[in-house]
Amino acid sequence: MSSNPTPSTHAQANFDSVLKAENLSKQVSSPEGALTIVDDVSLSIARGESVAVAGPSGAGKSTLLALLAGLDTPTSGRVLLEGTDLTRLDEDGRARLRAERVGFVFQSFHLIPALTALENVMLPLELAGRADARRAAAETLARVGLKDRTGHYPRQLSGGEQQRVAIARAFVTAPAVLFADEPTGNLDTATGARVGELLFELNASAHTTLVLVTHDRELAARCARTLRMEAGRIA
Amino acid sequence: MKAVRLALRLLSREWRSGELGVLLLALTVAVAALTGVGFLVGRISAAVALEASSVLAADIRLGSTRPIAEAYFAEAERRGLKSARTSSTLSVVFNGDASQLTNLVAVTAGYPLRGRLLTAVEPFAPGTPVQGIPGPGEVWPASKLLAAVGGKVGTELSIGAATLRVTRVLISRPDQGGTFAELAPSLIMNAADLPATQLVQPGSRVSYAGLFAGERPAIEDFKAWLTDHKQPGERLRDITDASPQVRNAVERAGRFLSLASLVSVLLCAIAVAMAARRYVHRHLDTVALLKTLGATRGFTLAVAVLQLLALALIAALVGAALGFLAQEWLLRTIRGLLAVTELPPPSAMPFAVGLVTAIAVLAGFALPPLIQLQRVPALRVLRRDVGPPPPIVLLAFGPAVLVVLLLIWWVVRDRHLFLYLGAGLAAFLAILAFAGSALVLLAGRLRGRVGVAWRYGVANLSRRRAESVVQLVAFGTGIMVLLLLGIIRDDLNSDWRRTLPPNLPNYFFINIPPAERDDFIHFVEALGARTTRVLPMIRGRLTAINGRPIEEGRRGGRGEEEGFATREQNLTWTTELGPDNRIVAGHWWTEADAGKPLVSLATEFQESLGLRLGDHLTFDIGGETIETTVASIRKVKWDTFRPNFFIEFAPGVLEHVAGTYMTSAYFTPGTARTLAELAHRFPSVSIFDIDELLNQVRAVLDKAALAVQSVFVFTLLAGLTVLLAAVQSSRDERRYESAMLRTLGARRSTVVQGVLAEFLTLGTLSGLIAAAGASLAAYYLTTRWLELRYTFELVPCIVGIAGGALLVASGGWLATRSVVNQPPLRTLRA
Ligand SMILES: Nc1ncnc2c1ncn2[C@@H]1O[C@H](COP(=O)(O)OP(=O)(O)O)[C@@H](O)[C@H]1O
Ligand SMILES: [Mg+2]
Repeated sequence: MSSNPTPSTHAQANFDSVLKAENLSKQVSSPEGALTIVDDVSLSIARGESVAVAGPSGAGKSTLLALLAGLDTPTSGRVLLEGTDLTRLDEDGRARLRAERVGFVFQSFHLIPALTALENVMLPLELAGRADARRAAAETLARVGLKDRTGHYPRQLSGGEQQRVAIARAFVTAPAVLFADEPTGNLDTATGARVGELLFELNASAHTTLVLVTHDRELAARCARTLRMEAGRIA
Repeated sequence: MKAVRLALRLLSREWRSGELGVLLLALTVAVAALTGVGFLVGRISAAVALEASSVLAADIRLGSTRPIAEAYFAEAERRGLKSARTSSTLSVVFNGDASQLTNLVAVTAGYPLRGRLLTAVEPFAPGTPVQGIPGPGEVWPASKLLAAVGGKVGTELSIGAATLRVTRVLISRPDQGGTFAELAPSLIMNAADLPATQLVQPGSRVSYAGLFAGERPAIEDFKAWLTDHKQPGERLRDITDASPQVRNAVERAGRFLSLASLVSVLLCAIAVAMAARRYVHRHLDTVALLKTLGATRGFTLAVAVLQLLALALIAALVGAALGFLAQEWLLRTIRGLLAVTELPPPSAMPFAVGLVTAIAVLAGFALPPLIQLQRVPALRVLRRDVGPPPPIVLLAFGPAVLVVLLLIWWVVRDRHLFLYLGAGLAAFLAILAFAGSALVLLAGRLRGRVGVAWRYGVANLSRRRAESVVQLVAFGTGIMVLLLLGIIRDDLNSDWRRTLPPNLPNYFFINIPPAERDDFIHFVEALGARTTRVLPMIRGRLTAINGRPIEEGRRGGRGEEEGFATREQNLTWTTELGPDNRIVAGHWWTEADAGKPLVSLATEFQESLGLRLGDHLTFDIGGETIETTVASIRKVKWDTFRPNFFIEFAPGVLEHVAGTYMTSAYFTPGTARTLAELAHRFPSVSIFDIDELLNQVRAVLDKAALAVQSVFVFTLLAGLTVLLAAVQSSRDERRYESAMLRTLGARRSTVVQGVLAEFLTLGTLSGLIAAAGASLAAYYLTTRWLELRYTFELVPCIVGIAGGALLVASGGWLATRSVVNQPPLRTLRA
């Protein structure tokens, strides 16, 4: 199950930059002709670094995130995740890599409604074939302060609690990179602040690389670096 | 392993959260319908077959000109079957000086294994059923025989070297046959007395028969065994070559019942297809998330398939149990009407068939959506509007089409019919889909002109474009097959009512000498009865086909061929085509053909010998060889009980040959005296009382009609439930938006009206197309498959349209009611 990158994908192995984008572009066809959503973006993010991606709505932030995480394929350019060229992997290959090395937090939580909080957190461990899923999940849930809520279903939890379950799920596999797309976007200010707090706290203690898309200036300010995006380009 | 665990966990969680209720309901109802109809069809047709097999006095009958070997009976015994023997021979029976050529039937205990013997204490009296057979030293002669020799109960008859006493008068026996091969009246005696008569000598013509009866599967097995082990001269008969009247009824009922099974399968397919769509709809997000978290495509597919499989298993078990209970209840309720003391036991077959069909349908209808489901890109977690790529048409519809075609083939087993049905169904679906798209388009145009409720409802139709078309196809197909079944049931029933009117000819008269023909007709009229047509009857043998001689006792042919070719044939000649005959090939002769050696064959005869128009048949008629040409083929309605012949000659060919006449007539019950008078006045005329045969046919028809009726009602109920379940499955799509609307300030009634408007439109249109489709299909099936008369009825169409609208609207309303009644906040938060 684990992905052993082939030598060829190691071409420019640079273990200092855990995530690297080279001339990344994404075009889609629309009724008005070809539309460039991400336009020739190159960047490099070091291990343990936290980077905020800010910019107006529609700037292409989510699209860039999807490309970096291997959820989508670029029209041109390439993405190196810990030295592995994502564009050379097929869909299943990228999925396996995500299972091992990547965590996600989304704006709309994306918990599986049919599973309890604990089971939702166990899910990525089980997908990666880890043995002690239940114990690890319970521990992580305790760390986000939901020790008493393990048996609850998502619909029995408040928005803030749901997002904390999602954060636990993202960190439980100890990913190399954590991608968060507007994690506080669906929460009120106070709850959002607390969730942001938690995110940085866990990030610091786990030495995870954080790529955070956000509107929230305060949240962006807590990152080591902020990339401003405008009309598909990094300003 | 991982996939199994996750699949089961998701399943149990979704189950607890009530997510799967609707899906499971649809599947369970579908399986219940399928197995219930299967059980019902199996058991009722067993009851009908049981009734029908009385014409053989057994389930299977092995006939031969030599004694039937003991080994067969031992084998039957070993298999737990009942058996009996009969031996019959022609001999002259004496009462003093009076004599009559008689068909002696010596029987062993147990005869008849099916059907019943009717006897009386005087000739031509109404018979009553009797248990057992004549004791040693006793005989039961037929009315005609006793009248001819002037005897009564107590008379001692000389039969060969023995003297036996008359203890009852035989009115009818179940296996007397409707083809009148045996002209002489019969007499039943105990087989133990046969040696004493010394009639069975080397060279004497005796027909022996072994009778066997038992439960269906055991009989089928034994039949297969007999077919393998029987000697060349031995002829095997079962219900399939029973009297044509009974066979027709049983076949048609069987066809209707298979059609009902097919309908239940199609309904099952609709349920599964709708359920699978819903499943896919609800799991797009989950699959996208699983992929994001690192699940491969194979894994997500495995999870989905395992989930559905587990669900199918539960549905199959619960559904089969429900189906069984439902038909058991139904059968118990109508047991009195079925007039059977014990119901045929259910076999495990319908359960297995139900299970296999359910899985096949699931594979055909659910697998493609599931494969489609796992193609949803992980990107959906970031962009809600990203769905799976458009399906590959062949992959999406191929398996479903294949499964439906296989199932249709399985039921009809007829190449032409299969092609027509397949093409018809395809055309119907295309029309439905087209009409759906048209409706959606029209609905879009209409929006501006109607009230807010209608606008909302109709707007929904055009907004959920694909969904609307799918629903239209599903409802339309469901209503269509149910209507079709209803129409065909009506045609079948009215045909059966036409078939056996109360005053059908119940006596056949054979061997009327030409000189007495007119006297006879007048005499019958004087007795207050009327003869049907009077036809000459000439005995002859078919000796060659296209110049190739047929050997006596020809071996290795198909059973019937052997029989037809070696049996003496009854031939006739006639100018006019009987009203119960229809030419299916060639031409009936005109005046110009008189004197030409032309023959017209009944389809049964033509098919069993594989004959064609223009073939040359050579007959030996009273020592004269006559070369003939097949000029036409006739489809004969045997159940009119008028004289009919397999082989009819053109006029001007056989007139010079010595022959007799035959006819039939209806005598009201209780005319024993007048018939005795007739027998006395025309001693050479053979009289056949076919009242009991008519009763047999009536009983078969009654059971068949009941079967058709009850299976229809059962299928209808099952179908309605399936369709309701299908409507239910669209529930949660409405949940969100009706909450939305109410939040925006719409009154509850407005939302409800909107939903009603949407479903009413959908239902009416489905019903309309379904009614048209059903009428067309019914016309085709009735005339081509069941070979009945088709009458167009407006009522089913109206029922289809109104029923469709009502059904879909009420289903939709029921499904949405709880949603609409919920406080909007709860729905929006969920
Ligand atoms: N597959 C696509 N087809 C058409 N337009 C797209 C597609 N993906 C993204 N877009 C458009 O590209 C723009 C950028 O989208 P997104 O990356 O979601 O922006 P952000 O997250 O910065 O708000 C938006 O206008 C969006 O509608
Ligand atoms: Mg975005």
